[in-house]
Amino acid sequence: MKSVSVEYFALFRDRAGRSQETVETTAEDALALFRELEHRHATSDPRGHCKVAINGNMAEWSDAVNDGDTVLLFPPVAGG
Amino acid sequence: MRMEISDEPIDAAGLRREMADVTAGGFVAFEGWVRNHNEGREVRALEYEVYKPLAISEGERIIAEVIKQTGAIAARAVHREGALELGDSAVWVGVISAHRDEAFRACREIIDRIKVELPIWKKEHYVDGDSGWVNCERCAKHGHAHAHSHSA
Repeated sequence: MKSVSVEYFALFRDRAGRSQETVETTAEDALALFRELEHRHATSDPRGHCKVAINGNMAEWSDAVNDGDTVLLFPPVAGG
Repeated sequence: MRMEISDEPIDAAGLRREMADVTAGGFVAFEGWVRNHNEGREVRALEYEVYKPLAISEGERIIAEVIKQTGAIAARAVHREGALELGDSAVWVGVISAHRDEAFRACREIIDRIKVELPIWKKEHYVDGDSGWVNCERCAKHGHAHAHSHSA
C-alpha cells in the first residue's frame, strides 16, 4: 500500500465534502486512483474533461502514482 | 510576470499603458465580462475558484508558446478570482505585435486556451437563488451518476 495525499477542487470538493484527504491505495496510476475515489466525486471517467496534477505539475491520467505523492483532482475547468 | 491571477478589479487602461512599445504597430486586447445569462438561466453574480500555482505556470507556458507561434512581440493576461458582479471584467488579454494579424491571432489563441487549459472554475449564482459550477453538465454527458445538488 502507498499513502497518497488527494486534493479536491470546485465541484469535486463540494461532492467530497472535503478539500483534502490522505488515502491508502494500491492504484498504479492516476486513473486507477480516481476510480477508487468515485464514491467521493461521483464521476466514473475523468478522461477528456477532467484534469490531474501530481506533485505540482499537470499530469496524464496514465501517469504513475507513488507513495507520498500529492494528487490534485480538477473537475471540468471554466475560465474566462 | 505575463500571467496574473488577481482578486482586485482589472485595470485595463493601466495594463494597456504598460504594454506601450515603439516597435509595436498594433495592440489587441480582449476583455471577458460577467454576463447576466448563461444557457437560458438568469445570472446575478459569479465566483471564480483558481488553483493559482498551476494557473500561473500554465498561463505563462501558453503565452510563451503563442508568442513563439505567432511572432507577436509580447502578451499578458490577467484573470480574476473570487466574487464578481454583473459587468465586471473577469479576464483581460493584451497582445502587441509589429502588424495587426499576429496580434489578433495571438490574442484569440491565448483567450481560447485560458478558457480550457487553466485550473479555473466558475460558479454561477442565479436570480432564482440556485447556483452551479459551469461545465458540470459535461460530467453528466459522460454518463456518470450525477448525485450532487445545485443548491447553494
